[in-house]
Amino acid sequence: MRVATRLVPVLLVVAVVMLARAPFLIDAAPYESTMGLVQKIFYFHVPSALVAMTSAIVCGIASTVFLIRRRRLADHVALAAAELVVVFGLIVLVTGPLWARKAWGAWWVWQDARLTITLVMWMLFAGYLLLRRFGGAGSEVLAAAVAIFGTALVPFVYWSVNIWRTQHPTTDVVATLPPEMRWPLRWSMLAIFALSGALLILRTQLERGRAELEDAYAAVEE
Amino acid sequence: MTEIIRAAWLIAVKDLRVEARSRELIYTTVFFALSCLLVFAFAFVRGGRPIPDTAGGILWVVIVFAGTLALGRTFERERQTDTLRALLLAPVERPAVYLGKLAAVLLLLAAVEALVVPVVGVLFQAPIARAPWLLMGLLAAGTLGFAAVGTLFAAMLVRAQSRDVLLPVLLYPVTVPVIIGGVLGTRAIFAPEPDFDTARLMLTMLVFFDGVFITIALWVFGPVMSE
Amino acid sequence: MTASRAGFDALHVQDVSRLYGRRRALSHVTLSCRAGEIVGLFGPNGAGKSTLLGVCATMIRATAGRVLYGDREARELGDALRGRIGVLGHDLFLYGDLTARENLEFFGRLYDVPNRRSRIAAALEHARLTDRAGDPVNRFSRGLRQRLALERALLHDPALVLLDEPFTGLDDESAAQLAVRLRALRDAGAIVLMATHDFDTADGLVDRAACLLAGRMRAIPAGSDRLRERYRRALTEASPTAPAASSAFAPGAASARHADD
Repeated sequence: MRVATRLVPVLLVVAVVMLARAPFLIDAAPYESTMGLVQKIFYFHVPSALVAMTSAIVCGIASTVFLIRRRRLADHVALAAAELVVVFGLIVLVTGPLWARKAWGAWWVWQDARLTITLVMWMLFAGYLLLRRFGGAGSEVLAAAVAIFGTALVPFVYWSVNIWRTQHPTTDVVATLPPEMRWPLRWSMLAIFALSGALLILRTQLERGRAELEDAYAAVEE
Repeated sequence: MTEIIRAAWLIAVKDLRVEARSRELIYTTVFFALSCLLVFAFAFVRGGRPIPDTAGGILWVVIVFAGTLALGRTFERERQTDTLRALLLAPVERPAVYLGKLAAVLLLLAAVEALVVPVVGVLFQAPIARAPWLLMGLLAAGTLGFAAVGTLFAAMLVRAQSRDVLLPVLLYPVTVPVIIGGVLGTRAIFAPEPDFDTARLMLTMLVFFDGVFITIALWVFGPVMSE
Repeated sequence: MTASRAGFDALHVQDVSRLYGRRRALSHVTLSCRAGEIVGLFGPNGAGKSTLLGVCATMIRATAGRVLYGDREARELGDALRGRIGVLGHDLFLYGDLTARENLEFFGRLYDVPNRRSRIAAALEHARLTDRAGDPVNRFSRGLRQRLALERALLHDPALVLLDEPFTGLDDESAAQLAVRLRALRDAGAIVLMATHDFDTADGLVDRAACLLAGRMRAIPAGSDRLRERYRRALTEASPTAPAASSAFAPGAASARHADD
């Protein structure tokens, strides 16, 4: 945990610097042929989606560790990761329709598998947070089980939604990227991952502090 | 292994016996399903004809809703007499309790579906007899997937607060692949030009889903149920 | 008759605490019970008696401390341990829609009880429910259910018997019969831990007594006056630090631990 704490300022600085530079890079990137300016939201949309998925997997792994070993740190990480899924998932779910509306005239595009998957995962991890908040004492263990299912779900949702959308006429959602677009995308990706890494560590620390406070509170009653 | 099956069998038989005495669940769930169908009949029938292609979706929505109700009630009953705890206190391995409850819930849902499917066929003019084995396979695999996760979640939530609301909130996202598989497969069977290949593909996916999720549930049930 | 108890002849609760969020249900509880004794657990409502019984029954996990059955923990002993524990809980653990006989049959099979038929017949006899064996339990009065629940808990001849308010709802005759039953169990070598409010019945019955107050254990010293009086005194007198008080109560077990405040 100490190591992680040291990393935080590094990550934050990296993230801030990169994000500050990002708009220039994005501006310099070529316009996509059919969609014009709006398509550039994809430089935030895609990394956010990836962060959301990665966080879901982190949450699943941490939950497994917690369920087997009951190590509290694992539980804290799981909670932090779940919140990241919800936050970055929300970014995806907001930027997605904004893009879709301008690009294809519809707010929601079921054909975009990524969007649909993010919606399902988002609902699941929002449910995880609801369970922890409203489930009463002992709900951390229950939530861990939910998270494990959620993570195991990812490939199934991916596969089934892909099959599902082939039932509809498709429009080509993600064009193949010309190299001039790849560079700003990677930049953006790195920046957002750095940011999410910092957030994960900070949130875990916060949660650990809260738990320690609870312990201290309980110990006082002795 | 045989021990687990023996214990699961005992528990399932006990559940069915309890249900046979009171018949509470079967009556309420069936009538709930029929009420849903009534609502859907008004929502999805236009000009005296069902909106095309909706029968499959309606069938699965009703199964999910009725299933949620049945799961909630099954465990609520156990909660009131704290008998779930008695089961967990017995020297049987935890997976046996899970399997026993799952079997009982499945049988209940099978009985409900036996009634619901013909009613859907009638109200929405769906060709349920077109490929009976395939349709039954889809229903079995899909219901199993739904019930497998549902039994685990409902058991877990027995001691939680807000459990009535949390069960669907947690369960539905997890069962999205089941719904997708079930609806696509059923729709493929009911379509004017039936597509049995898609239906079989969906069946395969559902079976695979069932395998993975039952395995996870068996493994998770023990750790999650100890207080 | 005691041969079947192979494996554990003592229950050691060591420095067990249980928290529910911020609420301390149990706080550094230490207690030892041996085979062939009846230990009475007293205390006001909400003091943690049911929680302590739950921890001993392996139903509830302790937040801190541990419970030893013989010299091993529940984890090491596995599922088989539960087959040697009999629990009579607050909620009786009976299926209302099933008959008395069916309830016993079900649990008998679940616990894989040998000579099931004769044991069930004997259990129904003890509970004086033989003529009502075919009636669904939800038609029984509380007292009858209590008697049946007790028999269910004892059906598999457990080495450790945990009873939560066993005398509730029993008329005098049934209470006396229960006392006889418990003595017989004790004489056969079982460990009996019983939480109750019924001082009069418990007075002649328990070998040792302890009380829980807000999750902490206090010994009730032996004496010549009535149990109820000794209990009242234990409640009101200034308490020594909790571990010290219970060390008088746990021979050898807590001597290594010291008061920490």
